[in-house]
Amino acid sequence: MEITQATAAELLRAMEQNELSCVEVTQAFLDAIQTRDVAVQAFLHVDPERALQQAEAVDQKRRNGQSLGRLGGLPVAVKDVLCTQGQPTTCASRMLQNFVPPYDAHVIERLKAEDAVLLGKTNMDEFAMGSSTENSAFQKTRNPWNLEHAPGGSSGGSAAAVAAGMAPIAVGSDTGGSIRQPASFCGVVGMKPTYGRVSRYGLVAYASSLDQIGPFANDVHGAALLMEVLAGYDSRDSTCADRPVPRYTERLDQPLDGLRIGIVEEHFTEGLDAEVESAVQDALKIYESLGARIEKVRLPHSRYAVATYYLIAPSEASSNLARYDGVHYGFRAQQFSNMVDMYSTTRGEGFGAEVKRRIMLGTYALSAGYYDAYYLKALKVLRLIRRDFDEAFAKVDVIAGPVSPTPAFRIGELVDDPLAMYLSDIYTISANLAGIPGISIPAGLSREGLPIGLQLMAPPFEEERLLRAARMFERETDWHRRRPKLMLTPQAGE
Amino acid sequence: MAKRVAQRVEPMATDTTKDYTVVIGLEVHVQLLTKTKVFCGCVNLFNPENPNVQTCPVCLGMPGVLPVMNREAFRLALKTALALNCRIARFTKWDRKQYYYPDLPKNYQISQYDLPFSHDGWLEVASDEEFSEKRRIGIIRVHLEEDAGKNLHDETGRGTDSRVDLNRAGTPLLEIVSKPDIRSPAEARRYLEELKLLLTYLGVSDCNMQEGSLRCDANINLHLQEGDETIATPIVEVKNLNSFRAVELALQYEVGRQLDEFRSTGHRLGDVPKQTRGWDEKREITFGQRGKEEASDYRYFPDPDLVPVTVSDKLLEEIRGELCELPAARRERFRQQYGLSQYDASVIIDQGRRFADYFERVAQECEDGKQAANWVTQDVLREMNQRKVDIDKFPISADDLAFLLKKISARELTTKSARDVFAELLAGADSGTPPSAGRIDQIINERGLALVSDAGQLEGVITAVIARNEKAANDFRNGKQAAIGRLIGEVMREVKGADPKLVRQMLIEKIVGSEEA
Repeated sequence: MEITQATAAELLRAMEQNELSCVEVTQAFLDAIQTRDVAVQAFLHVDPERALQQAEAVDQKRRNGQSLGRLGGLPVAVKDVLCTQGQPTTCASRMLQNFVPPYDAHVIERLKAEDAVLLGKTNMDEFAMGSSTENSAFQKTRNPWNLEHAPGGSSGGSAAAVAAGMAPIAVGSDTGGSIRQPASFCGVVGMKPTYGRVSRYGLVAYASSLDQIGPFANDVHGAALLMEVLAGYDSRDSTCADRPVPRYTERLDQPLDGLRIGIVEEHFTEGLDAEVESAVQDALKIYESLGARIEKVRLPHSRYAVATYYLIAPSEASSNLARYDGVHYGFRAQQFSNMVDMYSTTRGEGFGAEVKRRIMLGTYALSAGYYDAYYLKALKVLRLIRRDFDEAFAKVDVIAGPVSPTPAFRIGELVDDPLAMYLSDIYTISANLAGIPGISIPAGLSREGLPIGLQLMAPPFEEERLLRAARMFERETDWHRRRPKLMLTPQAGE
Repeated sequence: MAKRVAQRVEPMATDTTKDYTVVIGLEVHVQLLTKTKVFCGCVNLFNPENPNVQTCPVCLGMPGVLPVMNREAFRLALKTALALNCRIARFTKWDRKQYYYPDLPKNYQISQYDLPFSHDGWLEVASDEEFSEKRRIGIIRVHLEEDAGKNLHDETGRGTDSRVDLNRAGTPLLEIVSKPDIRSPAEARRYLEELKLLLTYLGVSDCNMQEGSLRCDANINLHLQEGDETIATPIVEVKNLNSFRAVELALQYEVGRQLDEFRSTGHRLGDVPKQTRGWDEKREITFGQRGKEEASDYRYFPDPDLVPVTVSDKLLEEIRGELCELPAARRERFRQQYGLSQYDASVIIDQGRRFADYFERVAQECEDGKQAANWVTQDVLREMNQRKVDIDKFPISADDLAFLLKKISARELTTKSARDVFAELLAGADSGTPPSAGRIDQIINERGLALVSDAGQLEGVITAVIARNEKAANDFRNGKQAAIGRLIGEVMREVKGADPKLVRQMLIEKIVGSEEA
C-alpha cells in the first residue's frame, strides 16, 4: 500500500492489523511533507518530533493491548485558525506571528482524546478571510493538481495537504465556503456541518454566527469518521447544540431509498462555467440511475446571499478582530507616539489588505446611522434565506449543485478584483447564512485537469443524510481515487 | 412636576430673584457577589495586591475564546430588579459595546443595549432626614454587563509605563439607571443610601465604594423659572464620585456652578455638547474633563457568541420566593408590630440587615419593642461606634441583652442599674470575660442591684422605720410631702435593692392607714 495515497479507513485497518505501525504511517506523511510541501506550501508549521512522539505513544498503547480512540493513530493536519497549546497559532497573520496559545481548542482536545497524530498547522487566508489562500501573510499555497493554480480558500492549506497526500484527513473552518470551495478546487471531500454541531471554542473567530469547523478527507468515509470526533456538545460554546452525535460511519454505505434531490434554478445561470455545469448534470444522472428523483426548487432570496454575507461577516469580524491591538499579546508596532497611535500603527502594520478591507466594511455597517440600513437589513434578509431553505427541504431531502462557478483559478488571477473573488463563494455562502450542512465531493476533472466538486446540502443536523447521499455517488464513481501527478513522483527515501 | 426646592447653596453667588428646580439622575454600577466571573470560571474577588492572578483565556480576551453566561449572576440580577419593582423582560440578549481601551481586552464590553433584562421600576426614598414622607424615584432600567480591568498609571510623574490589572475584568456588573426624578443633592445621597441598604439586604453586593463595588455617576441640571418660562440648563455628568458624601457635595457645588454659568453665558440645554466633569475631593470643586462624548459611537450589535436569554414564569416565581423581607417593608412592619416611631424604625433598618435582625431578636425575647429600640439605637449603637465594630462583632448578644431588658420589665432591676450592668458586661468583655446570662446575674448579685419587690420582706422594716421616726410620719400626715423622702431613704439603706416605688407606696399606706385606725 502506498501510505500517502491510502484512505483513512485503509490506514486504520493496516495499523489495527499490525501491518503498519503508527510511527511508519506518521513518518511517511512527514516525509511527504518534506518532499512535496516545498512546492505546495500547505503547512505553516510542522512538528515532526511531537508527531512522532504521539505516534510512538499510539504504538505503545496498541502493543499493550490498550483500547485506542476512534482515530487510532491517524495523522491529521489542522488549519492554523485553531488554537493548539504550546504550538504557534498564527491565523496566517503577522498580527499573531509569534502567538502561542495557552490552551487547546475543543476540537484539538477531541482529536487528542481519540488518538490522532497532529502533523502541523496549515496555511490559510489571513483570519480566514479569502477564497484562495493568497491572503496569507506568510506564503502562497499551490494547488497540487496544478501549481500555477490556487487551492481555494480560506482553508486552502488543509485541502491541499490532503490532496497532495501530506495528510489523510485535515480540519478546516467554513464561514462562507472556506471548506467546500477549496475541497472542490483540490479534488477532496470537505464538509461544513450544521451551525452548532461542532464547538467553536478555540477557533479564532472571523464571523461568529457563521463560522463552523469541519473535516477534509480523501473519501467520504474519512470525512464521516473525522466528523464523529469533531462533533458534539461543549459547554464552553453557548451556540453549540446539546444533542447526540450519530455514528456517521456506521450506516454510511446504506443508500437512501427514494432520495429526493432538489436542484436550484438560480444555480444554473450566468457565470457558471460550462464544464462545472456538465459535471453537475452528469452527477445528477448518476443519482437518477440510483433511483433518486430530481426536483426543481426555488431559493428566490439566494441572489442576495453574497451581499448579505458581506454585511454580516465583516460586521462581526470588525468586532472580533478588535482585540488585536498590541496591548496584551501578539504583534506590537515598534514606533508609536502615544496610546492611540500604538493601536493604529500596530493594526496598520499587523493586518493585511483584505482583513483591513473587511474591518472597514464592518465598522461602517455597524456605525450609528447605518446600522438599521445595513446590519439590521442583512439580518432580515438572512431570515428570508433561511425560510427559502425550510420551504425547499419540505419538498426534497437534499439540494445538489455546483460548489464554485469555476474550477481553481490561477494564482494572482483575482487578487485585484475582490468582487470576482467574493463571487467564487456564491453557491456556498447560503448554507452558512442558513446554518445548514453542506458537503463538497469530487465529481469530475476539467479539460485542464483541475478537479470539479459537487455540492450537496441538507436540513440542519442531517449530516448523516448528507454523508450517505455523498457516499451513494462516490460508490458509483472513481473521481475520489484520482490523485494529482505530483503524488506520483517518487518520494525521497522510497 | 415635583415640588420646587428653593435650595440656596454656597459658595457661589446665586440670583435670588429666580426660582429653580434641581433635576438629578443617577447611574449606579454595582458588582455582584458571585463566586465566579460573569462569562468565565475565574473567581470573583477584590484582589488588587496580586494583579492578573484571577484570569483565564476567556477574561484575557485570547483569540478563539467564547463567553458563557454565569446563571448565578443572572439570578442575582433578577433578584435585584424584582426588589427594585422593575418589569422583567421575558426575552433579553447581550450586545457588544465597542471601544478601545487597554483595560478592556476584547476592546468591546459585553453589555445590554436595546433589550435590557429589566426596566421601569422604582425605589422609595425618604423625602427628608426625618422620614416624614416617602418619594418614589423611578428606575429606567437595570442591565447586566461585564466589568473592565483596571489601568494602573504611574503617579510619580516619571512617565514610566502604565500597567493593566485584569483581575476585575469580567466581574458581573449591574447598571442601575434612575429617572431624573431626584430633586436635591441630599435626596441623591438618600437614594444611594436606600439603594445600598436594599442591595446589601438582598446580599447581591457588598456595595463597597472604596473597593469600587459600587460606583456612581450623576447627571444634573437646573430648571429655572423665569416668569412663565422654564429654562433648562445644559446637563452635566459628574464622575470620580468616591463616596455618598462626595455625591452630595459635588451636586451641591454643581447647583451653584450651573446657576453662575447660566448667568454669565445664558447657555441652555442643547446649546453646548454634554459636558463631563470630575469631582476634586480635596478642593471640593468639579472640573471639566476632556469630553469624549462627541466622538463616541459604540457600534452596539448583538453578541453572536451568546444566546438570548428567556425568562420563564417558573424562574421568576423561584426568585420571588427567594426574596427576603425588603428594608422598606420591614421598616413599616417594625413601626406597626413594635410600636416604633418612624425615626427609630429607620435608624434600625438603615444600620443594615444584621442590625435589624439583632433588634428584632431583642424585641421578641424581651417582649418590649420600644424598650429594645431605645437600647439598640442608643446604647448599642453608641458602643458600636466607639468600638468601631459592626453588630456581628458586638460583644453582647441579642439574647443576653434581652435577658437584661427583661429584668427591667419584670421590675427586678432599675433602668439605671441595667445600664451599669451593660457597662460592666462590656468592660468584662474587653478584659476577657465574655457576657452571658450567668454573668449578668453575677454582676447584679455582686453589686446588690436586684430590686426587692417582696412586700413581706419590706413590711417589718417599714413598720420599724415608722416607729423610729414618729415625727416625720406625723409631718407627712399633716401634709408635709417632703417628709416621706427621709423615710424612704432609711428603708432603702436597710434593704439594699429595694424597689423605691414600692417602698414609697407601702410607707404611705402604712402612715395614712394607721391614722385611720
